[in-house]
Amino acid sequence: MGFWRNQLSGPTNPAADAAWDRHEPRKGFFTDTSICIGCKACEVACKEWNGVPEDGLDLLNQSYDNTGALGASTWRHVAFVEQSSDRIQQARESGRKLVSLGMPTVRSGDEPALAGGGNGGGGTATATLTAPGEVRQGAAAGPGPTDTALPDVRWLMASDVCKHCTHAACLDVCPTGSLFRTEFGTVVVQDDVCNGCGYCVAACPFGVIERRRGDEGHEKGHQSHGITIKGAGTETGAGGDTGRHANPPSYASSNGEVKNVGIAQKCTLCYDRLGAGQTPACAQACPTTSIKFGDLDELHATARARVAELHELGYPEARLYGVDERDGVGGTGSTFLLLDEPEVYGLPPDPKVTTADLPDMFKKAGLAGLTMLAMAAASFVGRRK
Amino acid sequence: MTTNPFDADRPPELPRRKKRGDPSQAGGQNGGRRRRDESMMVPDVTFDSYYGRHIVKPAPWEKEVAAYLFLGGIAAGSALLGAGGAARGLPALRRMGRIVAVAGAALGGAALAKDLGRPSRALNMMRTVKLTSPMSVGSWILTAFGTFAGGALASEVARPMLEKRGGASGSAGTAITLATKALNVVDPPLTVGSAFFAPPLAAYTAVLLADTATPTWHESYRELPFVFVSSANLAAAGMALVTVPSSQNGPARKLAAVSAVSELVAFERMQDKLGPLLSEPLRTGKAGRLLKASRALTVGGALGAVTLGHNRVAAALSGAALMAASVCTRFGVFEAGMVSAIDPKYTVEPQRERLEKRRAAGIVDDSITTAR
Repeated sequence: MGFWRNQLSGPTNPAADAAWDRHEPRKGFFTDTSICIGCKACEVACKEWNGVPEDGLDLLNQSYDNTGALGASTWRHVAFVEQSSDRIQQARESGRKLVSLGMPTVRSGDEPALAGGGNGGGGTATATLTAPGEVRQGAAAGPGPTDTALPDVRWLMASDVCKHCTHAACLDVCPTGSLFRTEFGTVVVQDDVCNGCGYCVAACPFGVIERRRGDEGHEKGHQSHGITIKGAGTETGAGGDTGRHANPPSYASSNGEVKNVGIAQKCTLCYDRLGAGQTPACAQACPTTSIKFGDLDELHATARARVAELHELGYPEARLYGVDERDGVGGTGSTFLLLDEPEVYGLPPDPKVTTADLPDMFKKAGLAGLTMLAMAAASFVGRRK
Repeated sequence: MTTNPFDADRPPELPRRKKRGDPSQAGGQNGGRRRRDESMMVPDVTFDSYYGRHIVKPAPWEKEVAAYLFLGGIAAGSALLGAGGAARGLPALRRMGRIVAVAGAALGGAALAKDLGRPSRALNMMRTVKLTSPMSVGSWILTAFGTFAGGALASEVARPMLEKRGGASGSAGTAITLATKALNVVDPPLTVGSAFFAPPLAAYTAVLLADTATPTWHESYRELPFVFVSSANLAAAGMALVTVPSSQNGPARKLAAVSAVSELVAFERMQDKLGPLLSEPLRTGKAGRLLKASRALTVGGALGAVTLGHNRVAAALSGAALMAASVCTRFGVFEAGMVSAIDPKYTVEPQRERLEKRRAAGIVDDSITTAR
């Protein structure tokens, strides 16, 4: 019975549950968004290494984010959020509230710590934080309810990725067994098995996995940039779009075909590289070490040390995402340090793996089935010809 | 600030506003609203969501899947009516039940295969048996149901053929006698088998929808199976009222009445339990119109079936209304789920609410966001 407990929710070791006899430490990412500079090297490295096709060259009018969201052909997505001082204030308050939950520690005052904050009031601060020594005097300033030295502007950048959940809904609901748990505790799609049923897409509480369309653009999926895509419907994009996007991507000029059309796709945590003892492409490419890769235990320790350091430096808004194994998905393999509420970055504030309720769902369905049988039986009772 | 040769080319800096927006607007429902003025470097933005984008993705399912919800339902209900007809000696009802069961399952299966990203790999559904995947469980239920229902229909088709040739003599005659005997042996288990797998077939589709991150589908998981089985019964009763002569439609009329009541009750309960926010997609827009139509058709069809069901024309009209009601229910629920996935407020607000509720109750160790 011990094995069955926590198979659908709660803390567990997913690789062991998947009956791996090879004991690898669970791997994951820790994305420290406080030092992300929004260069998108991770997006590019991911596409290059994994051969992920281009999925739209549009200006989305969302700050510097022209990628949009995670999807079948976007396995790393850098979010850009521009915030004004009152929103930063809110973030600090929510962070302070979070800190005060459970434990009555951490100073209530926040400090003028953002890089440009003291810069004559007009400085534009990014979320990139300065070295500890520089802000120490601020930290010593003591408690003050609302700090005057909030920057006018801040720019949040965060590289989002598949969470590789402990309890992965996509994997649980996959009817073909295409999605599987690797020895590293990650979740990977076998593209030669997937039949594109799309169930994982609806099941993912983070909206990560997606079925590749082949003609995808950002919004409606009908902007194919002048490429003729074989096996992807009739969309040729030969209309006015050709002029706007004059240079087709290289894969199109090579064979005009997008691979894995109709198949669910997402980050594999570079399973191929992991097997060879390599770092995933995005982490390798990250110039600021915002994306850290390693054993999950060590990453958790790093994350906890980092968030404590930021609190100490006077950033009460700093918080961790996905580190707690008692959360709705049993903890995630990809963890994050955020500087505002998760929904600001497009992350769900309290995700829950849908299969946690599955036993109850089947029970209710069983009852409903019996009700159906009873209704049908009842209608044949009695004399009537 | 920096000085470089290109500074002269920069546009003049606009004076920054110190006070921005009314914080009370920050709770805006759709989030991500931007002020029009493009020259402002940092527009007034309320970020309850990331540029109003959805967090969970809607299922990439087209209308084929909604159609399958109906087809699977009518097949299941018809198998039950057919089995009842076989047991109670109502041949027209039995025949109709068996035909519709197979036709519904076949068309439904085809619709499902068509909706796959790779229809050529439809058989990969049979690669494994996976209890955590309602779609896997459902594939096997549909297969088992189709096998038994197909067998029952084959028996239905074979019997008159054998009876017609019953007078043959010699070895042909003994073969036919043997075949008839064999048919008498296998027919009841086939009928029972199709009736056994009918309720799971009708009910699992509710689990299929509920076992997703789509807010309105998932949160309705307690009542949705009851809505769906009632809708399946309604559709089957409707089909029987259309196709079966009024001398044999008594069970269908009763079934229509019972199922209509149970569907209306279950649906009301579902809306109640979902609460004002998550039931909004069921009440508004296209889904709202479909579901409103469904209720009107259910009431009208059931009343017609009960009061005027002995009249052939009135029975057929009521039956058509009931089938239409079932179609509307399925497409309405399907559409409502899509709406609830696309608007981030249906994802964020209930989650924040339950998180706050847990925190208020002193449970602080199960949040995905932590301060340490």
